[in-house]
Amino acid sequence: MERQEWPLWEVFIRSKSGLDHKHCGSVHAPDAKLALQNARDVYTRRMEGVSIWVVKASDIHASDPDAKPELFDPAEDKIYRHPTFYQLPDEVNHM
Amino acid sequence: METITAKPVDTAHLDYVLRLADSALILGQRLSEWCGHGPVIEEDIALANTALDLIGQARLLLAHAGMLEGRGRDEDALAFLRPEHEYRSLTICELPNEDFGRTVLRNLLVSALQMQLWPALADSTDKQLAAIAGKSIKESRYHLQHAADWVVRLGDGTAESQARMQHALDTLWPYTAEFFAPTATDEAAAAAGVGPSWATLAAGWEQAVAPVLEVATLKPPARTPFLSRGKEGRHSEHMGHLLAEMQYLQRSYPGARW
Amino acid sequence: MYTQAIDMPQGGKDETPHGPRSLKDAEYEAEFDAKLARGDFIEPKDWMPDGYRKTLVRQISQHAHSEIVGMLPEGNWITRAPTLKRKSILLAKVQDEGGHGMYLYAAAETLGVSRDELVEALHSGKAKYSSIFNYPTLNWADIGVIGWLVDGAAIMNQIPLCRCSYGPYARAMIRICKEESFHQRQGYDLLLTMMQGTAEQHAMVQDAVNRWWWPALAMFGPHDAQSTHSGDSIKWGIKRISNDDLRQKFVDATVPQAKVLGVTLPDPELKWNGERGHWDFGPIDWGEFWNVVNGHGACNRERLADRVQAWDDGAWVREAALAHAEKQRRRDRLAA
Repeated sequence: MERQEWPLWEVFIRSKSGLDHKHCGSVHAPDAKLALQNARDVYTRRMEGVSIWVVKASDIHASDPDAKPELFDPAEDKIYRHPTFYQLPDEVNHM
Repeated sequence: METITAKPVDTAHLDYVLRLADSALILGQRLSEWCGHGPVIEEDIALANTALDLIGQARLLLAHAGMLEGRGRDEDALAFLRPEHEYRSLTICELPNEDFGRTVLRNLLVSALQMQLWPALADSTDKQLAAIAGKSIKESRYHLQHAADWVVRLGDGTAESQARMQHALDTLWPYTAEFFAPTATDEAAAAAGVGPSWATLAAGWEQAVAPVLEVATLKPPARTPFLSRGKEGRHSEHMGHLLAEMQYLQRSYPGARW
Repeated sequence: MYTQAIDMPQGGKDETPHGPRSLKDAEYEAEFDAKLARGDFIEPKDWMPDGYRKTLVRQISQHAHSEIVGMLPEGNWITRAPTLKRKSILLAKVQDEGGHGMYLYAAAETLGVSRDELVEALHSGKAKYSSIFNYPTLNWADIGVIGWLVDGAAIMNQIPLCRCSYGPYARAMIRICKEESFHQRQGYDLLLTMMQGTAEQHAMVQDAVNRWWWPALAMFGPHDAQSTHSGDSIKWGIKRISNDDLRQKFVDATVPQAKVLGVTLPDPELKWNGERGHWDFGPIDWGEFWNVVNGHGACNRERLADRVQAWDDGAWVREAALAHAEKQRRRDRLAA
């Protein structure tokens, strides 16, 4: 049976009211509920009053404004240059 | 800061507190065994968090029990130097972890019980106990949520996970009869306003647990005459081994400072 | 720290790409070099030489593996911790190490590998982890000594990595360093308490120091003269300070700490050198070190077996979680 990996989620934390959510890393989880719990356990160590956002990495669209226009590939709008966590059809999963 | 009371030791009151303290202690000990061995690193951290919370609850409750007892025993003297028959933990807590499924199911059953107890203890005539209970609610609520989510994931996951969870439920369910079997301690503690008789918590506990099991596609087995008696100091064969390991350093090096 | 001794180039193979490159590649590389020269960070979306990417994947992932495997020698004593306070502290510390592993796997994943791939490499023996974790923890004092010496050595190496050129790795290291100082302090405090205890406890501490001192020194990797590091790691802003310099720094910091504790460091050649302004110390047994790195230490087999077993035992859990998530998605779609 083809083993599948838990999807990757990016974690954003607001540590104090008044501040913005800040990207602080990622977790793997099968669903959003567990992603939130894992993010809480790993990135806040049970701190109070913290707000957590989790977003599937594959749902994030990015631009890179600092890159020179010639160096910026408009087709590359994902956050990672070499993404392996995007679900390819099984037949092409080994590329 | 508590003052040592001059009145004679109220055995039932002490017993009631130890039941809470020891259950947290022993369950915390079992969960701490998972550290470095979880099915995925995220859960390693989650189980360690739960263990830390439980050991924290145990420390507060044991320190309080030591004050009630008035013999100068602190949290460590109680945790590490009592003989087996003096521990008042529920037997379910000392059972080996077996697998992740049985572990999260046990967490569901025990934290659901704690979530019946902590709110009820807010009105305790024992102010310190009420304070500890108040502090523990948030933690146990989180434990319950985490455990319930996992029981559902695993019960309603694959055919294999469902089979394992049903087997775990068949094994653990009989140990829950002990939760609500009343003893003299329950009667006396309720009469003194220390806390509710655990027999009165059965319905609320049932209401919390049954829906989770249903969504998880799991069926509790029928009740049998089996009754474990850990809260009366009569434990299973597992307790001796657990304590031998836990108490080893304190027993081997009396008088040492750690 | 966990990477010093294990980040060996593969049999001298040079990792910079050779052969014809496109004009665009040359432009990209010039921009990359300029960034490094300016002290700017390289981020996941930036163009990077293949060698840079490969080196980082190996170094970051092996650092991550070290954190995870490192949970085992200390985890060995959680159930036997002698007080509830010490049990809590140890549990929190080992949990931190799991968290550090996660931060590092997350950083490695930004470079295009999946965590599962990395774990597979560890379990198959292809990837390494710091060899210090192949030693056994034989008494409670080992827990204190690991905090004092092993984490102490780690901190020394990790601080320069906070300025590593690759952004996600540098940020992970900053987060890790913030949490690490508590680890070393707690280890030292544990030993201080034991040294104020019974004669048996003194003996335990001295025994632990005797066993861990030399492996801790070896953590900094081979002598600079024997290190066949390509200049690339330094040019790329991944490696910043030499092995011997870090090792000397560590010895200088640790000798006075040992004095305060009242333990003897097991090196008869340890002597203050006024001219150099440093502590001279004796020769490291590199034969022993390489034996352990190559799999013949006390715990190599068990460490890996434990990790493989945890992974295998957990397969049904991971699969069930995915299956349930899929069922939920289908139900939500039908309900919508």
